[in-house]
Amino acid sequence: MDIPRYWRLRNQRYRLEGTECTECGEKSFPPRCVCAKCKSDSLQPFRFSGKGTIYSFSTIYQALDTFDKDIPYSIALVKLEEGPLITTQLADISPDEIKIKLPVEMVIRKIYEDGEHGPIQYGYKFRPVLNK
Amino acid sequence: MRQTAIIGIGQTPVREHWDYPIRGLAVKALRAAMQDAGTERIEGLFVGNMLSGALAEQEHLGALVADYAGFPGIEAVKIEAACASGAAAVRQAVLAVASGHLEIAAAVGVEKLTEFSGKFSSKALATAADADYEASIGLSFAALNALMMQRYMYEYGYSKEDFSPFPMIAHHNAQFNPNAMFRYPITKAQYLKAKPIADPVNLLDSSPVSDGAAALIIVPLEKISRFAGKGVKISACEITTDSIGLDNRENPIILAAAQKSARAAYKTAGVLPKDISVFEAHDAFSIITALSLEASGFVKDGQAPRLAAEGIYNIDGRLPISTFGGLKGRGHPVGATGVYQLVEATEQVRGCAPDKLQVPDVRTAMTQNIGGSGATVVTSILEKI
Ligand SMILES: [Zn+2]
Repeated sequence: MDIPRYWRLRNQRYRLEGTECTECGEKSFPPRCVCAKCKSDSLQPFRFSGKGTIYSFSTIYQALDTFDKDIPYSIALVKLEEGPLITTQLADISPDEIKIKLPVEMVIRKIYEDGEHGPIQYGYKFRPVLNK
Repeated sequence: MRQTAIIGIGQTPVREHWDYPIRGLAVKALRAAMQDAGTERIEGLFVGNMLSGALAEQEHLGALVADYAGFPGIEAVKIEAACASGAAAVRQAVLAVASGHLEIAAAVGVEKLTEFSGKFSSKALATAADADYEASIGLSFAALNALMMQRYMYEYGYSKEDFSPFPMIAHHNAQFNPNAMFRYPITKAQYLKAKPIADPVNLLDSSPVSDGAAALIIVPLEKISRFAGKGVKISACEITTDSIGLDNRENPIILAAAQKSARAAYKTAGVLPKDISVFEAHDAFSIITALSLEASGFVKDGQAPRLAAEGIYNIDGRLPISTFGGLKGRGHPVGATGVYQLVEATEQVRGCAPDKLQVPDVRTAMTQNIGGSGATVVTSILEKI
């Protein structure tokens, strides 16, 4: 991913920042240009708590180019406690421990390295909630 | 708006076509369709393709294919809607003729994938998903389908083996289609042992990358007698969209765009799901076949694998699907797939499918071409004249 694009995504990748509609209260991730529910364009940034539960998941054995060295790795749709689903990689969990409804929380991890000399890109992943 | 008909069909076999450039494949299918129609001219050309720019470094396929087909100067444009590019191009050809703007239009779907490394082509295919929030964090196309399949299995209590009928039907039918890529049957044991791609999706759930081109010649229904080809009425060709991100859908295991597109197609054609005698499904992954059957109103949500096990989607069943092998067996040359489906449905309605694949007395056939994880859907209905 080119650096300007990655930089543009920093508030989403590091802070889980989406949008909240000031008209109807609908919360969205990724951020929207227009409210998906009431079509208002009066939206403000909204930072999600990063807590949720697993809605669906998969473990990847054949990956896109850039992620080849990470296989096997696991991904999920996580139902955030504020409502929306988010697509994410999972961290600190083995494939046989993953279950639908498992409580998870956001952490910042390395997403990928662009070759030996390229920038390292970080962003959100989700891991099982600690101290449970 | 005028009613329209398919008057000519053409296709290349779905293969690894390393000996043909993209223009050569497209022209081959187009000329076959023109010969079938008995025409030496077309007034407009709509080319369905997804990845010529990303892979072959060639965009501008409208002008390129028109030129190499011998029609420099005509209206010609490429239409892109991920895996639904093919039927989306057909939709544009239908509108051009229905509106009275063109008297004879061609839709050609073409794709070349196999000469590029698998990693390169799967990265290119993933551009159909949300680049910022799906592909760039490590989700391939198979991964998105795995998320749908896992949740579907959880909600309806299915196990992996319950999906085996879908690829088995595709491979069974493909063995009798001379244009199919995989002309051999598979067993349930082979399905269960196949290499995992993105659990629970394995290799035999997944349609192969392939090369191919298919073409249709479309004319006003009232003018079919001027042509040599056997006309088939286009009763509906309806395109709809949904959120590109799977996570932004109201329910990730309901293909809302397919529901809308199928309902619109039934309304336009004035038919009901029970009137359809053949359904060319978009079986890019086994789960998509199930979701497509359900969204199209052929079966209640969560019931498709159950009915598949009873054999109703087999070639001799109540609603044969993927009768020429579908995406899994015939192959999935992405931007060409929607046109292949319509070529095959035309053969079923004309009654000229290969012996073991011809469904008796087909009056009405339906195709559904799905882009991405369900963000663009084109449902078409063909009827015997
Ligand atoms: Zn709103």
